[in-house]
Amino acid sequence: MTVDWQTIADATAQGAIYALMAVGIGLVFGVLRLVNFAYGQLIMAGAFALAMASRWGWPVWGGILLCFAVVIALSMLMDRLLFRPLRTQSPAVMLVATFAVAFLLQSIALLWFGPLGRVAASLAYLNRPFTISGVEIRKIAVVAIAVAAVCLVALVVLLERTTVGLQMRAAALDFRTARLLGVRANRVIAVAVLLSGVLAAIVAIMLTVQTPLVTSDFALRDTIVVLAGVVLGGLNRLVPATLGGFAIGFASGFLGGALPTEKSQYLPTFLFAAVILVLLVRPAGLFTRGRGAVERV
Amino acid sequence: MSALVIDKLSVNYGAVRAVRDVSLEVKPGEIVGLIGPNGAGKSSTLHAVMGVVPAAGGEVRLGDRRLLGRRSEEVARAGIALVPEGRRIFAELTVDENLRLGLAGRRSRRDTAGVLARIYELFPVVKEFRARQAGALSGGQQQQLAIARGLVAEPDVLLLDEPSLGLAPRVVDAVFEALAAIRDRGLAVLLVEQRAQRTVALADRSHVLANGELRLTLGPGDADDTDRLVAAYFG
Repeated sequence: MTVDWQTIADATAQGAIYALMAVGIGLVFGVLRLVNFAYGQLIMAGAFALAMASRWGWPVWGGILLCFAVVIALSMLMDRLLFRPLRTQSPAVMLVATFAVAFLLQSIALLWFGPLGRVAASLAYLNRPFTISGVEIRKIAVVAIAVAAVCLVALVVLLERTTVGLQMRAAALDFRTARLLGVRANRVIAVAVLLSGVLAAIVAIMLTVQTPLVTSDFALRDTIVVLAGVVLGGLNRLVPATLGGFAIGFASGFLGGALPTEKSQYLPTFLFAAVILVLLVRPAGLFTRGRGAVERV
Repeated sequence: MSALVIDKLSVNYGAVRAVRDVSLEVKPGEIVGLIGPNGAGKSSTLHAVMGVVPAAGGEVRLGDRRLLGRRSEEVARAGIALVPEGRRIFAELTVDENLRLGLAGRRSRRDTAGVLARIYELFPVVKEFRARQAGALSGGQQQQLAIARGLVAEPDVLLLDEPSLGLAPRVVDAVFEALAAIRDRGLAVLLVEQRAQRTVALADRSHVLANGELRLTLGPGDADDTDRLVAAYFG
């Protein structure tokens, strides 16, 4: 069997994008013990921002700025209106609340932009391939991998080398003790939500290159797959969660590219069956070292 | 340096009155002991001061600042450090990272190096194992780290919740010696303990708490008066 480098490049890019989404979900889970099901709708909002900017004839950088502005504003709004007031409620309450926000945002998008959605094509040229020693690789694959690598390195530096990063790690381990030491809960959560929003905007930009047609269910399937990956890797820790996101992105990208078209419709079925199987064998996650189930604060 | 004043503090858990009208004061340069059997309300008193549990009544003041109703992080930033029960070290972080987390409660951002130097002098082990994972330390070393982490915030008041719990007697000696040194630096220390005799011997005065009420106040001279201690616990 020959190695299909093009498929591997695309799969790695998919893994890289999913890894960023996993980090975005994992950062908020770390400090709030909350799985934000509305994460995909943040990405959707960013994608619509790009589409509208290109419709209004804005330059590419203008669209990117608008995308960041919209996603970050929505994230911070979610934090103020939802996460802060509900922080002390049970995890079930917060979970249902994020479900409600997810469907609310989706309905609003459907009302505003209709079932056909909008097209965000300003970065579509990144879909064109270039050739390295006879192998055709799409530019977006290289861009996605590079952007994800830069984001992850920057995040590691922030978490390991800055005071707020240290406080975020401590809050994820034991929020009550961190607060007793004087760590400001609202500040740590706001920073986590902000970073998570920045990542959502970046993901929105890269996903619109692959899927220029933006509808109200944009990134919905990706989010569900990433959530499966995050749980698969180990929700409780950022590194395993990120690896889980990458692994499931790579697997779905690779299988989607390798399988013939008429077989690829079975991909989601296969993927989620595999997730269930892994969870039955390793409930704490694939990439954790024998730790217990998710710890609740 | 300000004194900690607890005035007619009450804490309820549902219908259970865990702390009833407890009043006590800790002045700078003093160790005040709070002893009593399990479930007497000792930890609840500390938790109410720190804003971890709501108070049902009374007032807590640091100098002239009222503390009740504030969030934990605000109380910490006002100048009160709690060394929690069970130490609550971040086992996966390094010793140095644990210590730096304590800086969050500091009111000033200046001269961090000087603060750390004074802590290292008091607890050399914290300096020696700086780069090590905190979870790899022994119980006694973790307790020293927990106290050091509270002290880097340069608080006026240090609250300790059973610092000798689970430690070998020789290690308890070291911890109690450290508390005496901390008192000599002018801090107000409120020490919650189960080891009644040792606490009474160390503290400037010790209050006996039972069923949420202050029963008795003992001085260092009462440490050997076993009858009085037993009577206070079970009386």
